[in-house]
Amino acid sequence: MLLSRRGLAAFSSSSVKMASHGHGDVTEQGDMSVPMYWDRLDTPLPDKPYQDTLSDADKSLKQKEKGPWNHLSKEEKLALYRMTFKESFAEMKKPTGEWKTVVGGIFFFIGFTGLVVLWQRYYVYPPHPRTLDDEWKAKQVKRMLDMRMNPVEGFSAKWDYEKGQWK
Amino acid sequence: MSLAKPAMRGLLAKRLRFHLPIAFALSLVAAAAFKYGVTEPRKKAYADFYKEYDAMKEFNAMREAGIFESVRPSGE
Repeated sequence: MLLSRRGLAAFSSSSVKMASHGHGDVTEQGDMSVPMYWDRLDTPLPDKPYQDTLSDADKSLKQKEKGPWNHLSKEEKLALYRMTFKESFAEMKKPTGEWKTVVGGIFFFIGFTGLVVLWQRYYVYPPHPRTLDDEWKAKQVKRMLDMRMNPVEGFSAKWDYEKGQWK
Repeated sequence: MSLAKPAMRGLLAKRLRFHLPIAFALSLVAAAAFKYGVTEPRKKAYADFYKEYDAMKEFNAMREAGIFESVRPSGE
């Protein structure tokens, strides 16, 4: 799963690469004292091109690149792009589906917390204060109505005093 | 491939030109809705309540219910 791979990679020494590449593959450890290549949305032109060692065909293509670009075919332009960059912006921004794991984890732990709270209700909470007994609450309501609390729009306004019942 | 030069200036002004009238109108609507949905009915409720309000009658009802300490129900 995506998260476990990230978790493991964080402990490895290539953590900088992993953090900057996002979902990129972990290749061999590069020398971090020289300019590095990375795919990042906020660094559109990395410090060095992607391909270091070019084959002879690539080298001749690079020579051709120095001339007018109308002479390059579409495939050649794409090949030159892939020489300089590993992933296009579209590929970099590809959605990972990580959110599903996150949301699933959230729901799971909320559910677990619910179970913990339920256990607390039965094994931890002390007994009710007497003011929460039904009898006490009924007497309380009667007193509130007798005092005419909020008679215009609120509590007592909803009680019908002639009939002795809620409206 | 020559793309059109993007707009470099006046971006905030353009956004405000669009959003400010809407914001203004929505605020007015919200205020009007609150006035006619909440405050006018509330004023009417209070007016209606006090139109037929007999203070002595209410006081005696409360007295009989026994909630006062300064004046006990008439029976005692």
